[in-house]
Amino acid sequence: MKILVPVKRVIDYNVKVKVKSDGTGVDLANVKMSMNPFDEISVEAAIRLKEAGIASEVIVVSIGEKKSTETLRTALAMGADRGILVEADAGGDIEPLTVAKILARIVADEQPQLVILGKQAIDNDMNATGQMLAALLGWGQATFASELKIEDGKAHVTREVDGGLQTITVALPAIITTDLRLNEPRYASLPNIMKAKKKPVEEKTAADYGVDTALRLKVIATEEPAGRAAGIKVGSVSELVEKLKETGMV
Amino acid sequence: MSVLLLAEVSGGELALDATAKTATAAAQLGEVTAIVCGTAAAADAAAKIAGVSKVLLCEDAAVANGLAENVARLIMDHSAGVTHIVAPANNSGKNVLPRVAALLDAMVITDVIEVLDAKTFKRPIYAGNAIQTVESQDAVKVLSVRTAAFDAAAEGAAAPVQVVALGETSTLSAHVEDKVIKNDRPELSSAKIVVSGGRGVGSQADFALISGLADKIGAAVGASRAAVDSGFAANDLQVGQTGKVVAPDLYIAVGVSGAIQHLAGMKDSKVIVAINKDEEAPIFQIADYGLVADLFEAVPELTGKL
Repeated sequence: MKILVPVKRVIDYNVKVKVKSDGTGVDLANVKMSMNPFDEISVEAAIRLKEAGIASEVIVVSIGEKKSTETLRTALAMGADRGILVEADAGGDIEPLTVAKILARIVADEQPQLVILGKQAIDNDMNATGQMLAALLGWGQATFASELKIEDGKAHVTREVDGGLQTITVALPAIITTDLRLNEPRYASLPNIMKAKKKPVEEKTAADYGVDTALRLKVIATEEPAGRAAGIKVGSVSELVEKLKETGMV
Repeated sequence: MSVLLLAEVSGGELALDATAKTATAAAQLGEVTAIVCGTAAAADAAAKIAGVSKVLLCEDAAVANGLAENVARLIMDHSAGVTHIVAPANNSGKNVLPRVAALLDAMVITDVIEVLDAKTFKRPIYAGNAIQTVESQDAVKVLSVRTAAFDAAAEGAAAPVQVVALGETSTLSAHVEDKVIKNDRPELSSAKIVVSGGRGVGSQADFALISGLADKIGAAVGASRAAVDSGFAANDLQVGQTGKVVAPDLYIAVGVSGAIQHLAGMKDSKVIVAINKDEEAPIFQIADYGLVADLFEAVPELTGKL
């Protein structure tokens, strides 16, 4: 079976984000960009299923600006087989609903049995694309996966839920979204990075799939959050106890 | 304006705090109908929340475990004429709402921290390093509410409860089991005091220092991602961008360095205390009271003196 893994190019998770002074967004100029960390976990999960002989092919897709090709190459260097770049410009962040609509068209073309997505992108923090794609396809979904097994035509998934863990089964084809504890993504080796340059990447545009990229959420303003006033250092546990008692909370 | 509110239910019972906080946001948008997937007692509890004018109770086993296909179907069955669909922005709400939004061809609005008007909302992006104001262009607005940003609606109403059935049951997914850790501590998201441990705690055994302090002062226990990844604490205790977002009256961070991703989950706490042996740790930049000390000496002493 084929597995489709969408990957997003986002600000590197170590970068301190700065809001533009004119309130139009965050400053993305000259900032290190990387693959969304949850998408790395998804790529790793798919590659492991291929290594276990369960999957036959891992296809990665990235939707956005042309530079997203770099993100695809990273996934190909980890071990994905081929890539699809869908160039799209929404005049801002491409919304999960738009992404899900494009992915639904790619699913119709490629017929994967599994789509594995990161549970959220660390830029817009929406946590939505996987669930939306499941709705559009009429598939079952297992979100926030921390364990994944494929057996008897079903995905057996342990999910991170509010009070602990929940195990469910989902009939294939299915949508999985990954949480932090599913695996530790591998680093690509130099020979694999070289090999990845030769792997095929098909180039498409949102228009090829007939999907309208217009934003449903018009961004009115982007501002810095309210800061906290600087506090004080206390010299001892006794002093801390005194301060805590002053607050009346302990 | 007519709002459908998906109540939070845990083990069949109403999670009152999260639901009442979400109701505060929902009541700003219109008349609120709460959907409860749980027991009759849970529905009665939801009916008492101020601002809730009607409760729909579904006792069908197919929605009892929060399976998204069925809960989304139930919401869709009752979405005629509705202008807003709202749920707490926790894992169960985030599992279901985007599915509902896509079925309505609407974009979901995640983690709303402020309602400006019927179509304009504030929400954090980039782990809370920026706050975006967005105006929805969709006919039906589907939004999840960050409960830490709203006060709980009072109790005292007596809304009518109507029992509803799930029209069509999906068998795409099936529930196997829940592994829920039960203890007597307050629930992390709604606790007044939280004691959190980080990588500096060093081991699962030493995490008992954190829970010992928490128990002494009636606090909930939290953890940083590093502590959860290292197996010191359970996954549902993770505080941060991708875990739980809390805003207690008092947050005590022990051996937590203060990565941006952790700060995103606790920086709106009223009073923040940090105990860390590294005086350069970023957590001190947002702490009201910082103590540079070895946690293995400071925490037992603090527990003893409180």
